[in-house]
Amino acid sequence: MIVAKRKPFEEIKDMIKDYKKVLNVGCGTCVAVCLAGGEKEVAVLNSELEMARKLDNNPIELGAKTIERQCDREYLEALDDMVKDYDAIISMACGVGIQFLAERYPEKPVFPGVDTTGMSVNQAVGWYEERCRSCGQCVLGVTGGICPVTMCAKGLYNGPCGGTNNGNCEISDEQPCAWFMIYERLEKQGRLDNILEFKPPVEWNDQVPRTLIQSGYKKPEEAA
Amino acid sequence: MRLEYPASIKIIRVPCSGKVDVMYLLRAIQKGADGAYIVGCLEGTCHFNEGNFRARERVEHVQKLLEEVGIEGDRVRMYNLSSGEGPTFAAYAREMTEHIKKLGPNPLNKTNKKAAA
Repeated sequence: MIVAKRKPFEEIKDMIKDYKKVLNVGCGTCVAVCLAGGEKEVAVLNSELEMARKLDNNPIELGAKTIERQCDREYLEALDDMVKDYDAIISMACGVGIQFLAERYPEKPVFPGVDTTGMSVNQAVGWYEERCRSCGQCVLGVTGGICPVTMCAKGLYNGPCGGTNNGNCEISDEQPCAWFMIYERLEKQGRLDNILEFKPPVEWNDQVPRTLIQSGYKKPEEAA
Repeated sequence: MRLEYPASIKIIRVPCSGKVDVMYLLRAIQKGADGAYIVGCLEGTCHFNEGNFRARERVEHVQKLLEEVGIEGDRVRMYNLSSGEGPTFAAYAREMTEHIKKLGPNPLNKTNKKAAA
């Protein structure tokens, strides 16, 4: 799941200091599950902002609306009639949602309410750990299901490097060496030969925004 | 026991202190309450195991949020007692009232037209 962290209050307050009527839009999917930008977090932020602006003698009128997903036109449509009543919008979705919202209402200033921090697993309520950097060329099949791009400080596809240090990474004793973990897991599975498999350089042209069209689908003609 | 406690306290009953949401506390201060506190069961005696621990965590979270806003976080507190401790309940009510009196009125009330209790 995509996880995010609420931006520091002062930063949000500063971004909207010149606006008197602001709509705060939550996202009901990933950021709601990771307790950063769902309906409740929208309510908390609005409450904080309203109190702070009142204390500053600069009252603000805030709207709250949480839609199922901000990365889907289908759900964004619900905002069409509301947006015109506001001077600016705060989006508490991930970076994807914020941009899609800003794209739909290009005349309105859109401000991020969260910092998107990656694609993570849920270790316990409120505790998330990153596992994937969406590099686009998954090697998990030969690395024992451990991602070296995410877990290795250097993101090495062919490791380990000389910095592997008794199971830890040279950057910190608290950071396990991804390639050590990969070695151990492959050894347990009797697949150590996999570690010798050479992974060629990744296609860095993937660094441009990627478009994905699933097999069996195509761009609608009007959008093509 | 005919115990007395300050009349400024308004009790809101909830099934468990774990029911108290961050928004309940924030909204209380936002609407002008000078302070808000949760009285939960003694730690380790929660019928739902961790309701009162959750309440404490939420109180601590709200304290941080209020500090960010510029309001004293200590206007929100957590107390624990067992249901058989009437005198302790009254003592906590007095303690909280004294504490809030020292802090003074909710700073939001300077601008609130209608001050709440």
